[in-house]
Amino acid sequence: MLERLIYIALLLIMPPLLLGIINRTKARFAGRTGQPLFQLYYDLAKLMRKGLVLSNTTTWVFIAGPVVTLVTVVLAGLLVPAGPFASPISFTGDLILFAYLFGLARFFTTAAALDTGSAFEGMGSAREVTFACLSEPAMFFALLVLAKVSGTLTLSEMLHGPAGGFPASAVAPLVFIAIGLFVVLLAETCRIPVDDPNTHLELTMIHEVMVLDHSGPLLGVILYAASLKMFVLGAVLLHVIVPIQTGMAWADWALFVIEMGALAVAIGVVESVMARLQMRHVPYLLVAAMLLCGFGFILVVR
Amino acid sequence: MSFDSPNLATLINGRDILLDSIPMLSLDVLADTMVAAVAAGQRVASMFAVSTEDAQQAAEMYVILADDHQSRLFGARARIEGGEFASLTPRCPQVQLFEREMAEQFGLKPLGHPWFKPVRYRRSWTGRDAWDRPADQAILPGVGDFYSIQGDEVHEVAVGPVHAGVIEPGHFRFQCHGEQVFHLEIALGYQHRGVEEALIGGPTKRSMHYAETLAGDTTIAHGTSYCQVLEALGGCQKSARAQSLRGIALELERLANHVGDLGALANDVGFLPTSSYCGRIRGDFLNMTALLCGSRFGRGMIRPGGVGFDVDDARLTELLHRLDTAEKETASAVNLLWDTPSVMARFEATGPLPRQVAIELGIVGPAARASGLARDARHDLPSGIFHFAHLPVSTFDAGDVFARAYVRWLEIQQSIEFIREQCRAMPSGAAQVAVGELAPNSLAIAINEGWRGEVCHVAITDGNARFARYKVVDPSFHNWSALAYVLRNQQISDFPLCNKSFNLSYCGHDL
Repeated sequence: MLERLIYIALLLIMPPLLLGIINRTKARFAGRTGQPLFQLYYDLAKLMRKGLVLSNTTTWVFIAGPVVTLVTVVLAGLLVPAGPFASPISFTGDLILFAYLFGLARFFTTAAALDTGSAFEGMGSAREVTFACLSEPAMFFALLVLAKVSGTLTLSEMLHGPAGGFPASAVAPLVFIAIGLFVVLLAETCRIPVDDPNTHLELTMIHEVMVLDHSGPLLGVILYAASLKMFVLGAVLLHVIVPIQTGMAWADWALFVIEMGALAVAIGVVESVMARLQMRHVPYLLVAAMLLCGFGFILVVR
Repeated sequence: MSFDSPNLATLINGRDILLDSIPMLSLDVLADTMVAAVAAGQRVASMFAVSTEDAQQAAEMYVILADDHQSRLFGARARIEGGEFASLTPRCPQVQLFEREMAEQFGLKPLGHPWFKPVRYRRSWTGRDAWDRPADQAILPGVGDFYSIQGDEVHEVAVGPVHAGVIEPGHFRFQCHGEQVFHLEIALGYQHRGVEEALIGGPTKRSMHYAETLAGDTTIAHGTSYCQVLEALGGCQKSARAQSLRGIALELERLANHVGDLGALANDVGFLPTSSYCGRIRGDFLNMTALLCGSRFGRGMIRPGGVGFDVDDARLTELLHRLDTAEKETASAVNLLWDTPSVMARFEATGPLPRQVAIELGIVGPAARASGLARDARHDLPSGIFHFAHLPVSTFDAGDVFARAYVRWLEIQQSIEFIREQCRAMPSGAAQVAVGELAPNSLAIAINEGWRGEVCHVAITDGNARFARYKVVDPSFHNWSALAYVLRNQQISDFPLCNKSFNLSYCGHDL
C-alpha cells in the first residue's frame, strides 16, 4: 500500500521537475543560467489562478480535450510500475489499454484543436496524427518484444522481466527497442529533433500549435499532462535501459528518481547538440524507430 | 556588356545634377530604353513619380538605372498625361512594385499591370484614385482579394498581421496542398508612417530624424544616404576622418545584424548554442556602436557634413580590443553551424532563389550575392570611404538558406577586417563641416550598401531649393518578392527559416 502511495505521489508531483531539468541542461549548453528548476510548478500555479478565454465557435469538445488528456495519461501512469515495485493497477492485456489510452488522449487533443476551426490548429492536428501513425506501431513492437521475452501480457510483469532478469538472448532486441522507445519518447513529448517546444512560430509547430487557443487553467492542464506523459513514457523506457534493483526499498526509490533525472538530462543533451529535423524528414526517423522495434521483435520470435 | 544610350543622363553616386540635364523622353521611348538597359544587365534602382504644377493633369516619372558592372548610374524621365501609362511590368518584372507604388501615391493607372493591387493601402497624394474607390470607403491594409487556388485538398493559411513573436506586422497568405506551398502572397502597409510625404518641403530640423528611423535596424545606412544627398546638393566636402567614421559605423551595423541573423537562423532550426551565443555577441557589436555615439543603433552618429561624434585614441583602442574578442567568439559560435550536420540538413536546398530569377526580380544585398550576383554598392557604386578602401564582394552560388547564411559569415569577416584597418589608420580632420545652401532645381542621388542591401535616396529640389520630392528605396522593397518566390514548392514549416534568411524590414518597405 505504501509503495502505491509513494508511486502515485511521485507520478503526480515529479513530472514538472523533468522539464526544469531539461531546460537547465539546455541552458548550460547555451552558456546561460537558465530558468529555475521548479519553473513549471510556478507556471502551473500561475495558470490555475488565471481566467479562461473561450471562443464563441468552440463546443464542449474544446474543454474536454485537455481534461480527457490528463485523465488518460494519469490512468496510463497507474499501469506502469516504477523500478522494482508493482504498478497500482495491473491485469492481463493491460498493455493494449496502455497504448490506447495515449490514442484516446491524442484523439481528444486533435478534436479540441479542430474544434477551434483555426487553420494552424488543423495543420498541427494533421501533423500530430500522421506522426502518431508511425510512433504507435513502434511502441507496439516494443511492447510485443517485452511480452515475448517475459512470457506475459501484463505490463507490470513485462517491464520487470522474467524472474532472474532478462535472458542474455534478449539483450540485442532490448537494445533495439530501447533506441526505438527513446525516439518515440522524443516524438510523443514534442522534443527536438521532432518538434521544438520553445518555438513561437505557429507554422513549424506540431503539438504546441494545437493548444494555441487554450488559456488559463486549461493550458495549465495541458502543460501538466504533457510533463506526465514524459514521466510515464520515461518510466517504461527506464525498465528497458537500466533493469537494476538494489533490493532495498528506499534505495530503489532513490535510484528511480535519479534515473528519471538522468533521462531528463539525456533529453536536454540531445536537444542541445542537434537541430530540429525538417518536417518531411520526421517520418524517416519514426519509421527507423519502428523498424528497429520490429527487427527486435523478429529476433525474439525467430 | 555595356549599354549607353543618348536617352539616359549619367548620374554619379553622391552628386547632384540639374534637372534640365536629365532628358525628358516620351513614355514609349523611356519604356523601350529601360527594357534595353535591363536586357543589357542594368537594374532599376528607383522609379517614382513627381508632381507637376498641375498635379491633376500630369505627373513626371523618374527612373534610376544602375549598371553594377560598369559602376555607373543613369537617369531619365517622362511626362505622364491624363493619369494613365502603359505598364512595363510584363516586359520588365522588377518594376511591378514601383508601378503599383506610383499608382497608389499619384493615382496613375499602369494599364496592363498583371497584379494591380495597392502597396501600402493608403489614399493617394493627389486625390485621384487609381482603383476608383469612393472617397468615403475606408482603405485597410490586407483587405481585398488574394491570389487563390481552387481544388480538392487545397487549403489557405493566413498568418499575421499579428505574429506570435515580437516582430513587425505583415500579412502572409499561403495557398497550400498539405504541407506544400503553391503560392505565397504578402500584404504589407501596416507600418506606413508617411515619411516620404513628410520630407517634402524639407529639409527641416526633423528630416534627419525621419531618415534615421526609416528602418530602425538600418539607421546608419539610411542616415548616411540622407546626409550624402544633402551634402551633394549643398556642395559640401567632408573630411576623410568623417568618412572613415561613417564607414566604421556602417560596418558595425552590418556586423550586429548579420551576427543576429545567424543566431536567429540557428534558433529557427532549434539549434541552441549558436542561437544564444550570437544573440549575446550581437549585443556586443551594438555596444561598439554605442561606444562611438552613445546609441546602440547609431542614432546621432551620422550628421549632415560629417559625423555627430568624433573619436579619441582611447576609444579606438577600446573598439579594437572589443573587436578582437568579438571576432573570436563569433567565429566559434558560427563555425558550429557549418560543423553540425543536422543544421546543414535544414539550411541546404531550402528556399533556393535561382540566379536568373534574382536578376529578373532585381534582388539586392546578401540575398542577391547568395544567388551568385556580384552586386555590392560598396564595390560597384562606391561612395565616401569605400572609394579608398576596397572590400571584396562575397558571393555564393547555391541561392538557398545556407548560401544566404554563409554570405553573411563571409561579410562578417570582411567587415571586421575593414573596421580594424580604418581604426589603425584613422585620418585627421574635422568631424563635421557646414553644409552650404542647397542647389535649386536639382536631383541628388545617394546609394549605400546597408546590411540588408542597397539603400537608395533620391532628392529633387524645387526653385526655392526645398525638397519637391524625396524618394527612398529600402532593400526590402526589392526583396520581398524574392521571399514570396522562394516559398513555391517548399514546405510551409520552412517558411520561418526562409523568412529569417532574408530578414526583410516591414517599416523599410512601408515607409
